[in-house]
Amino acid sequence: MKTKTKNNQNYLEYVSNIMPKTNEFQKIFRAFWVGGFICCIGQALRLLYQSVFSLSGDELAGFVSMTMIFLGALFTGIGIYDRIGKYAGGGSIVPITGFANSVVSPAMEFKSEGFIYGLASKMFVIAGPIIVFGTVASVLVGLGYYIYFMVV
Amino acid sequence: MARETVYFDKQPKITAVSTIAGQKEKSGPISEFIDEFMDDDRFNEDTFEKAECKMLSHIIGKVVEKKNLPLGEVDALIAGDLLNQIISSSFAARNYSFPYIGVYSACSTMSESMIIGSLLLNGGHMENVICATGSHFSTAERQYRYPLELGSTRPPQSQWTVTGAGACLLSNNEEDIDYPKIVSATFGKVIDYGVTDANNMGAAMAPACADTIVTHLKNTKTKPTDYNLIVTGDLGVLGSRIVKDLVWEKGYDMNSNHVDCGEMIYNICEEEFQGGSGAGCSAVVFNSFFYKKLLQKRYDRILFLATGALLSSVSSQQGESIPCISHAVEIKR
Repeated sequence: MKTKTKNNQNYLEYVSNIMPKTNEFQKIFRAFWVGGFICCIGQALRLLYQSVFSLSGDELAGFVSMTMIFLGALFTGIGIYDRIGKYAGGGSIVPITGFANSVVSPAMEFKSEGFIYGLASKMFVIAGPIIVFGTVASVLVGLGYYIYFMVV
Repeated sequence: MARETVYFDKQPKITAVSTIAGQKEKSGPISEFIDEFMDDDRFNEDTFEKAECKMLSHIIGKVVEKKNLPLGEVDALIAGDLLNQIISSSFAARNYSFPYIGVYSACSTMSESMIIGSLLLNGGHMENVICATGSHFSTAERQYRYPLELGSTRPPQSQWTVTGAGACLLSNNEEDIDYPKIVSATFGKVIDYGVTDANNMGAAMAPACADTIVTHLKNTKTKPTDYNLIVTGDLGVLGSRIVKDLVWEKGYDMNSNHVDCGEMIYNICEEEFQGGSGAGCSAVVFNSFFYKKLLQKRYDRILFLATGALLSSVSSQQGESIPCISHAVEIKR
């Protein structure tokens, strides 16, 4: 048994040696410029809403997020976002548009199993963990914040 | 000893084949050998699963039609696919009235069904058996990976599931002398070298494939050069390299006459990375390109090994490594 595990180790090492490597520099560059570009669109919307509709504060942030989520969902629906994602990797996953994509894409995919058991129940297959851990993290940070100000 | 290899003295013949594939395969290098192409991925159905089922049903009908065989003369259909509970094949079988043997061996279903069919024919139990399998990119993605529209990247070791299906008709008929014959076969063992990366199928499957190749060569006392070609199923570029290394380690050199169906089906560019995979990959390539080359007598003897990774999305999530299998079929002209 021991020699078998050792053989396996040797094999796995050999595989990792000949495995094609991800071109990290290229990936990072693509993620950087596409992610940055998406953020620029967000910032442009922010400036636009500020000057045209004279919004400010939470309202302004909310409207910008809503627009970006809409755009993410729209581009997913017309089949463009997955192409952007293929090119940009993390650059299009991390912004809020990527979150919209991760909700809309399973919803589209599982529509064939019906609206309740398919679309609605599978909608958060990918985004679910983000929401769960996001909520947990915000509770923990909130608690920490509260305790810090109680003590200080 | 050496009971993993079986010899068929009646030499069942492959008397007809039928293949269908998608648009992506149409632009590949062997498209001229494939019978038909679907105009769109859904094949005029409303879901991809139904399309996969229709593909299988379609080629089963075609292969019978090509041979002008009355439907009552088909003794059995041996088929399988990648979907849970092999629904595509079973649902395709309900369109026909012949006995159905559902098999699952992941992407090595083609060679497994051919061996079972040959055994039934060789034993004199049956006269005409259809072996069929297929896969669909969109159904496989959905079952094993992510939704199609999710903007995720594929790692460079990944492969692309072939949209396509292939079927062949095995017959014992005395008149059909001038067809490729199945002379022997080796059942594979389940082998797991501990690869856990579900994207790296080539590396996971190569040891199982190498083991079956070496077993077959040993049992039949042949050398790789005795075969025109040793055809593997869907190891891809990386897996092909590994299998050649592993077989070489055992003292056999098959560098000059090994080909992989996964490497042949696409003009490999960035999107497919290592090449094609899926049950449909070996089924389409074998039943189109290799069958026609055998018919034209370009090849006299080939060893065909479809390779399968026996994982499920649950087993991967539980951190299990990927057990793999490969069955070998030796075909002579």
